[in-house]
Amino acid sequence: MRVHLTVNGERRQADDVWEGESLLYLLRERLGLPGSKNACEQGECGSCSVYLDGEVVCACLVAAGQAVGREVVTVEGLADGADLHPVQQAFLDAGAVQCGFCTPGLLVTVHDLLARDAAPEDAEIREALAGNLCRCTGYEKILDAVRDAAGRLA
Amino acid sequence: MTAVSGQAPTATARTREDGGVGTDAARPDGRLKVTGEFAYGSDLWMDDMLWGVTLRSPHPHARIRSIDIGPALALPGVFAVLTAEDVPGELRYGLEIADQPVLAEDVVLYQGEPVALVAAEHPETARRASARIVVDYEVLEPVTDARTALGHGNEGPRTDLHPEPTPVVEQSREAAPLRPHGNLIRHLKIRKGDQRDAAAAAGKDIVVVTGDYEVGMQDQAFLGPESGLAVPAEDGGVDLYVSTQWLHVDQQQICRALGMPKEKVRLTLAGVGGAFGGREDLSMHVHACLLAMRTGKPVKMSYNREESFFGHVHRHPAKMHYEHGFTRDGDLVSVRARIWLDGGAYASSSAAVVGNAGLMGIGPYVVPNVTMDCWGAYTNNPPCGAMRGFGAVQAAFAYESQMDKGAAALGIDPVELRVRNAMEEGSIAPTGQVVDSAAPVVELLRRLQAMPLPPAASSGADVDLRAMPGGVSNTTHGEGVRRGVGWAVGYKNIAFSEGFDDYSTARVRLEITGGEPTVTVHTAAAEVGQGLVTVQQQIARTELGVERVVIAPTDTSVGSGGSTSASRQTYVTGGAVQEACRRVRAAVLARSGRELWEDVLGDLVAVLGDEAVEETVVWRHRPTEAVDPETGQGNAHVQYAFAAHRVVVDVDVELGLVKVVEMACTQDVGKAINPQAVVGQIHGGSAQGMGLALMEEVVVTDGIIRNPSFTDYLIPTILDMPPMRVEVLELPDPHAPYGLRGVGEPPTVSSGPAVLAAIRDATGMFLTRVPVRPEHITLSGDVRSEERA
Repeated sequence: MRVHLTVNGERRQADDVWEGESLLYLLRERLGLPGSKNACEQGECGSCSVYLDGEVVCACLVAAGQAVGREVVTVEGLADGADLHPVQQAFLDAGAVQCGFCTPGLLVTVHDLLARDAAPEDAEIREALAGNLCRCTGYEKILDAVRDAAGRLA
Repeated sequence: MTAVSGQAPTATARTREDGGVGTDAARPDGRLKVTGEFAYGSDLWMDDMLWGVTLRSPHPHARIRSIDIGPALALPGVFAVLTAEDVPGELRYGLEIADQPVLAEDVVLYQGEPVALVAAEHPETARRASARIVVDYEVLEPVTDARTALGHGNEGPRTDLHPEPTPVVEQSREAAPLRPHGNLIRHLKIRKGDQRDAAAAAGKDIVVVTGDYEVGMQDQAFLGPESGLAVPAEDGGVDLYVSTQWLHVDQQQICRALGMPKEKVRLTLAGVGGAFGGREDLSMHVHACLLAMRTGKPVKMSYNREESFFGHVHRHPAKMHYEHGFTRDGDLVSVRARIWLDGGAYASSSAAVVGNAGLMGIGPYVVPNVTMDCWGAYTNNPPCGAMRGFGAVQAAFAYESQMDKGAAALGIDPVELRVRNAMEEGSIAPTGQVVDSAAPVVELLRRLQAMPLPPAASSGADVDLRAMPGGVSNTTHGEGVRRGVGWAVGYKNIAFSEGFDDYSTARVRLEITGGEPTVTVHTAAAEVGQGLVTVQQQIARTELGVERVVIAPTDTSVGSGGSTSASRQTYVTGGAVQEACRRVRAAVLARSGRELWEDVLGDLVAVLGDEAVEETVVWRHRPTEAVDPETGQGNAHVQYAFAAHRVVVDVDVELGLVKVVEMACTQDVGKAINPQAVVGQIHGGSAQGMGLALMEEVVVTDGIIRNPSFTDYLIPTILDMPPMRVEVLELPDPHAPYGLRGVGEPPTVSSGPAVLAAIRDATGMFLTRVPVRPEHITLSGDVRSEERA
């Protein structure tokens, strides 16, 4: 099938898409956007988190066909040209990035959290990020990064 | 190779901007990682590439009667289907013992063992084709217990899984060649001091404490799946881009399997999404190369999460029996211990894990009389090998439990009992080796004690459910919740031990590019997330005073960097980079005719012109030696690293739910090359130890993995992890570059035992198995879990 959608503000199209392909596969393998990650491909780890019409979803759980005509924003769409988004910069400054495989999904999730709540308490940050697994950091520096990003955006 | 002499250059009051040793220098790959541009193995892509998939055995033990690949080959879009007979070189490979087939030949020895490969133009086509391969299995009875496998149980006759001796590979970790037979991979013995029982040995009133302990199988659960891209080359060779931990040992094994010289098998490190030991063995490496060579096309392989659980080795499950003899005053006079590690179907690094579990097996304590037997056994369970802590983790659950049990029996505070028996600099380890640098066990514990405890749990109307065991499931408002505090200390040998020729290679070039001095550091040492690339830049900046340092792509065109494991890379590759930089400095000074680097530094453009100065160094840490096979005595280790934890938990004793309230860790790192990254390692390492204590287990029944997914194999989420307090000590090791100590593993050794101790403190139950499950707590009634076991 043919799939057309908007990704990071651009109209994109892919042909010969198999009906069983996920939005994650479409992004990674057909549209050249591998930033969204494939850690579990069953909605448990959050590493493929993207915006779909403004809602954060696991791209692995959305069929490519379900995204037709809709608007997707991925980690590749967070920065403003060469300028990193404050959430991205905060992750770097806090040391919240080690292997980095969870980072794209976390950045999208935190971006969404801070758009809804400019000054979340720690317990709220933990609830919001409960669907994003990280195996390297023990989450301490991720919490630091979210607090710092909230400050930068305030 | 000359050893590095002298101490660290003065790295005083450096800022992040300065970027040298001792600063929180920024990761060179950080920007790529936050923009989604960093290329992990699973992100690689080429025009015209095919997808490879693996058909795996559904049985833990079976004979293969026949394989029919015809139906798979008939599917449109399929380019190749391969079985064992398509392996051109040696069928068997392995890190220490070449016992594992690239593809199963006549038998399969574990569930998930690779049997056939398919390459197709779409991954779904390849999966469907693999499902059409017809394998006729004669199912055999699996051997699923290490003690039974060794004939140590009472279960009747033994089935030998590897009846023929298997060849030892050249790059063995063991100095003494192993000739395994039957189901024994290795038997490590320590015989130190008096071998009679504790009371007889001490000749006085002795309190003997006995315990049996069990540790479940843990998965590394790195998030980036096993993945890579093999590209056939015009010279008849192959280029492999792969997420791995040790390029050169991969290359050696791939060359054997392909029957090709190393010049034709070139490896480049793809981005690695975590490793933790699970990438030390081959996974898709040879498979992708075979498919690429057969089809003449680039072949990408990327496991999904389920396959990843079958595609790499796990942490060895352990059964342990310990007897500790204390004087009434609390002096630990004897330890007799037996440890059985289940190595699964193939050896992997089991022999070295057995060495570590046994040699580290009584903990960081001074004990005059030690009898230790540690066995590694073949079974039909999933193969086990390297995981962060590497044997030391399993033993720590037992020896720290024994210290708590001894404290209770003697009426001594558990911290004071540890302090009384603690190792210190100058102590004699159970191997007879003198601990010849800082061993601050006492200071680590005292610093933990000095930290404030978290406030008491809320209850009643004010309760915040999110802080309760059970969380927002609203299972308690404080009823039945009891608080506990637990302590543990552990230690780990850093770098490869027991006589292994452990080295790293660094090539450093200094030149003028764009009118600016530029240093290029080239190694084959794998960055897996820990920040080795940052450390290499920091060392080069400090040694050469040049800000612009480029890390060249990590590949096999430079000599081996050794494995990214055993907490060794900052030490060994760091040492190589430091020495290569110093040689570059000496060469430039010689060329300039000046004596002081400071004088040359401002004038490098003129001194170098358009010439580059390059030095390649092979660097070794001080040698170690094999231990005596009968007594376990010998200078087996390069360095020890110590960490301690205090953990506070709230336990709902009615439901068996545990909330970890706080973890505190103290660790000596010798010298923090990058303090921010050091603390990050301590956080992450502590989390993995906590996971093993509370939730992480690959559940294997009759050789079958029951939970190969992140739905059923639970790793800590941000809701599970408590806030952490970390204090880092920097007591320099005079033998190591900059005085540093390996950092990554020690926190994984001590965090889990401290969690277990805290749960015991809260419940009053002497729990003996990890991970602790709710039913271990709730089913107790008045029966102690120890008695049920």
